[in-house]
Amino acid sequence: MTPDDGRILVAEAPANASRSKLKLIDCDVHHALRSSKDLYPYLATRWHDHIAQFGRRRPVPFLASSPYPKTAPALSRTDSWPPNGGPPGSDLAFLQEQLLDRYNIEYGMLHLLTSGMDERNQDLGNALCCAINDWQYEHWTQKDKRLKAAIVVPGEDAVAAVKEIERWAGNPDFCQISIVTHSIEPLGRRRYWPIYEAAEAHNLPIGLHSSGTNGHAVTSAGWCSYYVEEQHNVALSQQNLAISLVCEGVFERFPALKAVIIEAGFVWVPAVCWRLDQHWARMRGEVPHLTRKPSEYFRSNLWYSSQPADEPENPQDLRQVIEWLGWDRLMFATDYPHWDMDNPEHVFKFRMTEAEQQQVFAGNARAVYGLA
Amino acid sequence: MKSVRHGGIDCDVHPALPGMAALLPYLDPYWQEQVTVRGIDGLDLSSFPTQMDAHGRADWREAGHKPGSSLELLRRDALDGFGSQLAICNPLYGVLAIYNEHFAAAVARAMNDWITAEWLDREPRLRASITVAAQNAEHAVDEIERRAGDQRFVQVLLLSQDDVPLGNRRYWPIYAAAARHGLTIGVHAGSTYRHAITSNGWPSYYLEDYAAHAQGFQSNLLSLVHEGVFAKFPSLKVVFIESGFTWLPTFMWRANKTWRGVRAEVPWVDRPPSDIIRDHVRFTLQPTDAPPTGADMERVLNQIGSDDMLLFSTDYPHWQFDGDNVWPAGFSDTLKQRVLVDNPRNAYPRLKEALS
Amino acid sequence: MARHIVADAGEIPPGGRKLVTIRGREIGVFNQNGDYFALLNRCPHQGAELCKGTLIGLATSTGPGNFELTRHGEMLKCPWHGWEYDIRTGQSWCDPNDIKARAYPVTVEHGATLVKGPFVAETFQVEIEQDYVVIEV
Repeated sequence: MTPDDGRILVAEAPANASRSKLKLIDCDVHHALRSSKDLYPYLATRWHDHIAQFGRRRPVPFLASSPYPKTAPALSRTDSWPPNGGPPGSDLAFLQEQLLDRYNIEYGMLHLLTSGMDERNQDLGNALCCAINDWQYEHWTQKDKRLKAAIVVPGEDAVAAVKEIERWAGNPDFCQISIVTHSIEPLGRRRYWPIYEAAEAHNLPIGLHSSGTNGHAVTSAGWCSYYVEEQHNVALSQQNLAISLVCEGVFERFPALKAVIIEAGFVWVPAVCWRLDQHWARMRGEVPHLTRKPSEYFRSNLWYSSQPADEPENPQDLRQVIEWLGWDRLMFATDYPHWDMDNPEHVFKFRMTEAEQQQVFAGNARAVYGLA
Repeated sequence: MKSVRHGGIDCDVHPALPGMAALLPYLDPYWQEQVTVRGIDGLDLSSFPTQMDAHGRADWREAGHKPGSSLELLRRDALDGFGSQLAICNPLYGVLAIYNEHFAAAVARAMNDWITAEWLDREPRLRASITVAAQNAEHAVDEIERRAGDQRFVQVLLLSQDDVPLGNRRYWPIYAAAARHGLTIGVHAGSTYRHAITSNGWPSYYLEDYAAHAQGFQSNLLSLVHEGVFAKFPSLKVVFIESGFTWLPTFMWRANKTWRGVRAEVPWVDRPPSDIIRDHVRFTLQPTDAPPTGADMERVLNQIGSDDMLLFSTDYPHWQFDGDNVWPAGFSDTLKQRVLVDNPRNAYPRLKEALS
Repeated sequence: MARHIVADAGEIPPGGRKLVTIRGREIGVFNQNGDYFALLNRCPHQGAELCKGTLIGLATSTGPGNFELTRHGEMLKCPWHGWEYDIRTGQSWCDPNDIKARAYPVTVEHGATLVKGPFVAETFQVEIEQDYVVIEV
């Protein structure tokens, strides 16, 4: 399916030069496979046959559609389909033109929405993760040094995940570890701890981009009906995920571990912290492994990508939330080429000081990811 | 007591059923025998373990009894303790979680007889929610019709995390009956455990479960708005009970933003979700999940953008605050007065009539 | 305010559009069944090239479960966030009073009238017997 191109008769390209003097770090850039065959060179022949015969099996109702059909084809801006074909995000040259060059992006952190982690056949899932990493390296990070990849790991199989982390750790093209956020168990549970141990040991942040399928209802009250709900519920599930990492004691056990919540927005963080602190005060006997108030872990071990940035009626309210959140926690992201992307030139409708801009648009990410 | 306490309406107190034995007089012979012969008991909700300090404040407990099971104590600690003119009883016995819908309907009916005879008839300051078996809307509507003539029932009680989100049409006959009789829909924190407490599965700790009610309520709020419940039932008010409310402003920002781009999917939602929520949804005061300072709370209240939405509650006998510090810092006296009386009156049509 | 000739009347088919640049401003000109409309090619929300969006109908409802689609092709859906704009007025559907795409008056005029001026037609050789699409900017 391709979008209606609107039968444009004359399309003069606008000035493509970025108006921003600031060099940005974009914490959420989506490259894409042209087709799953892109991975075949990195997969054993056994899997070519397997995929051809059995396909991929994930806990979702439809073979080739999201359970909740999105608001735009491929979830993407309708102007992001590469002129040379392929889905949005699959053409490096077009991604460079439409994103990296256009917005003066120094580094773009890649997040592939395809993972092997939610594949039900674990051997296939593990093979897919390895192949994805080889493909990212050869076709993306080696071709444009501005692009940095995440080590995609099969998080439900911690042993295999650690093995894959070890394969790439130390390679400067890989800046973080990617686990799907719709995990089978809350990500603070022990089964995932070997991954955190490896992450901490190699000083690699865990990048938690909203993604994946786990068979659980989209809400704790069951399945909603509409995409307009699901899109928001995905962000709510990230709130539960952050609560899990904190309350289950991950950051007590791995105090140097960094976790980045990606594409869940950030405005919800203060209220989650207030709630946790209040009830922890009455229930702390249950979680003696927490030596600090829950909110303090949010301030020391968690970071948040900005997109989708909220748009309160009074733009100053957003500044207030960032004050509560901490200016050192927020990292700009476009989410290019997805339909709900943020344009760095228009995303914040209030004035930031230069120092604040530096932090949000580059400095915080530079520090978290250890970029030069 | 320091705080304003004159004649408030406490919108969330929890009388506790001591056990199934207390319901026997109100069950018909078949269910009496079933309960007795099979030893059916212990249907308190896992969401609210009665032994926890958090669900029975130390100074509101009586040794050997479930917190909230004594009318005398409720009178002393909740009604007299806060000078409330009225209090709304929300019994949390696990009727909504029973798998056998016929048994659930029988227990719901017995619960309503029990609360009428042993609480409402003995204490004129009490009002109550109707316990229903929402497992099957027909049962629930029958029970609403049975109670509707008693003006002391002011609301129909549901749980925040059940089989399907609360906007689902499965619930609409219940909403229609409520609207018909001037009853409010009360949604109390709690899960029937039909689904994992989070969309990522089951957390290890109760603290996480309790925190996650906030997300569960938010999912339901999306559902109520986008399924069009308030378009279909324009007079309906929904009260979120024990949900917290400091998450509301940022929730509304996101809901509005998503709606702007995706609204054609639900064309009956013809104005921003925040407008619909401000018109139709109310929140009880406790727990407040307050920010660290009163100045911050003032900012949150300002962001909520309406003085009409909060309803006074103590959440008796749950432990949400110490002593008589029911008011978090940051509430002006004017706002307190609205929260104490005006807002509850406007949220509960039947209270408006009773007090006019 | 100057008048600019931007197209031959037959050049933009019904349901079609043409992007033109006038004094450095990109403007989309739409032909809606013989009626012409012009909008600035910039979404007031986050600056997307609005006029490259999809033309859709207006989805409305009399109540939950009722779906009606009217004004086929008269709403422009922004290529990014999907906000809908009325191509006749530039008003957004979600917030018509405060969020509007800049709209310009468009007329179709006969060459014989146009040669009397004043107008700007950098790229057009105006012929008396032809009709032209004219925008006031």
